[in-house]
Amino acid sequence: MKQWPLILSIARTHLLTKMKSTVTAALGVTFGIGAYITLVSFMTGLNTMLDDLILNQTPHIHLYNEVQPSEVQPVNQYALFGDDLLQIRSVKPKKGQLKIHNAQPILKNLKSSKGVVGATPQLRAQIFYLSGAQNLGGVLVGMDILEEERISNLGDYIIAGSPSALSNSDNGIILGIGLLEKMSLRMGDRVQVSTPEGTVFPLRIVGIYQSGLADIDNTQSLVNLETAQRIMGEASNYITDIHIKLSDIRQAPAMARQLQAQYKVKARDIQDANAQFETGTTIRNLITYAVSITLLIVAGFGIYNILNMLIYEKMNDIAILKATGFSGLDVQNIFMSQALLIGLIGGLSGLILGFGLSHLIDSLPFETEALPTIDTFPVNHNPLYYVIGITFALLSTFVAGYLPSAKAKKIDPVQIIRGN
Amino acid sequence: MSAVLEARNIDKFFRKPVEYHVLKDISFVLPEGQFTSIIGKSGSGKSTLLYILSTMDTDYEGSLYLKGDLITGSSYKHLASLRNEYIGFVFQFHYLLLEFTVLDNVMLPALKLGVKSVEEIRYDAMEKLRMLHIDKLALKRASRISGGEKQRVAIARALINNPAILMGDEPTGNLDSYNSENVFQIFKQLREEEGLSLLVVTHDQDFAHRTDRILEMEDGRIINGN
Repeated sequence: MKQWPLILSIARTHLLTKMKSTVTAALGVTFGIGAYITLVSFMTGLNTMLDDLILNQTPHIHLYNEVQPSEVQPVNQYALFGDDLLQIRSVKPKKGQLKIHNAQPILKNLKSSKGVVGATPQLRAQIFYLSGAQNLGGVLVGMDILEEERISNLGDYIIAGSPSALSNSDNGIILGIGLLEKMSLRMGDRVQVSTPEGTVFPLRIVGIYQSGLADIDNTQSLVNLETAQRIMGEASNYITDIHIKLSDIRQAPAMARQLQAQYKVKARDIQDANAQFETGTTIRNLITYAVSITLLIVAGFGIYNILNMLIYEKMNDIAILKATGFSGLDVQNIFMSQALLIGLIGGLSGLILGFGLSHLIDSLPFETEALPTIDTFPVNHNPLYYVIGITFALLSTFVAGYLPSAKAKKIDPVQIIRGN
Repeated sequence: MSAVLEARNIDKFFRKPVEYHVLKDISFVLPEGQFTSIIGKSGSGKSTLLYILSTMDTDYEGSLYLKGDLITGSSYKHLASLRNEYIGFVFQFHYLLLEFTVLDNVMLPALKLGVKSVEEIRYDAMEKLRMLHIDKLALKRASRISGGEKQRVAIARALINNPAILMGDEPTGNLDSYNSENVFQIFKQLREEEGLSLLVVTHDQDFAHRTDRILEMEDGRIINGN
């Protein structure tokens, strides 16, 4: 439509001569959008951090053998009892091995499967840390630490030493920070571990591990898979757990079911293990959007008010525009474009405000014991939020501008002109 | 002489607060190049008639022809473009857009029409202002000029699209005798030099008696001059 430059120039003149109202209305939008960007960036940053805290330490699929009673007791298999009612009291777990049967072929197979980023073997064993007269119970995890580092962010949680230091050392150990403090040890010190059977092994501390979860930091330490096998006196095919990382986390439940059936081991997927985190994330997002939408509705009412006032003041102008040949739609477009200009200017400055605020928050120091990898507040600078923000701004000003401008469209010029 | 505007059997009712028959079976023809005035007492329906003729009021019975074409029943959008192109208005009150300059006010209807380039329109607008001896005010804000000047700017605006007819609703009603005379002379000059058709509603008997034709109204009927 060739009339747009004209309509926009009228809208611009109205806005410029009413600078104060224009700025007030635009500021409403600015604060709404600025708050939205800041809130959503900060909240999702926080969400990601909290999720990572747990989820990154949980493999997408975890294969292991569970200690459980046999589903079919021997007595059930004995044909002579036939239809008799059989009752067994005090059923005990089946004596079985924690070792995953045929672990090496399974690993090899998994690594070449589609959608699998990596699969690592682990040996988890109950051991004691010896410290003077004290025996501290704990868990020793033998792993291929370099591969583990590749497929998870384990490296972030090693706060002293390095994964390669462990893999290069024959008798090295990466100790949980809680254990280190309890036993008053330092990097490079020796620590003795003992198997439940009583075999004692000296190990040297080549790294310190802090996951942020006290339960883990107080009990768990990492060694090479071979070291663990040697301590436990097992052969090099003794593997108790397999951690699998997938390229698409949503495939986890289906794949876990398939693996469980295929290899006759227990397979637990990440969603099964951490269902509550989804809920937390959803609720935090809900709060973010509720607050942002409230702010924008308030801004929208501001625009509605100001446009209503403007139209009331400009009755004469509207009448003469219509008398001289502007159609109702032209008049509506004049006021709609004012609303949208306010939305655009307010929205863009809101984006800048939000950008500034979220970067300010990003630079604020945030140091906590629980999160060794984080030293400033976590903020998620996703460009998508800026797109949503400006869309939101235009949408809300469109809605706010629609009613007053529709009123302007309907104004009868004869009534205005004859009324004077 | 061809008719610029023709009304046939126009009836109009006010429905609020009570039903009232304002215009009763009005028919007349306005030939091209005629300076016509409508006079009558308050409440005789003369302004109501003018607004129907102006196409802004569409709530009437009967039919209206502009340059021979029936325009009764046209869409609002079409009527708006007809007003833009063929009808110029001057009201008792100037109705200038006060935030805009004098020149912008005059240019607006032509920009809306969108036939000529902005430069041509600016040139035309300056010509109209010069003709009305207010070209010096062109770049002033409309809010900064005197009442008589505003009315002349309003006339310039009405003329910018070279309309077929200029309509006035008490165009001198708010002006002192000096400025009234001025406006009358301008109208007369337009009629004589440009052959413009004019239709003016007025209370001013002196003004009316100097026009080509007087339509006198009483109680919703034309009682004289048809």
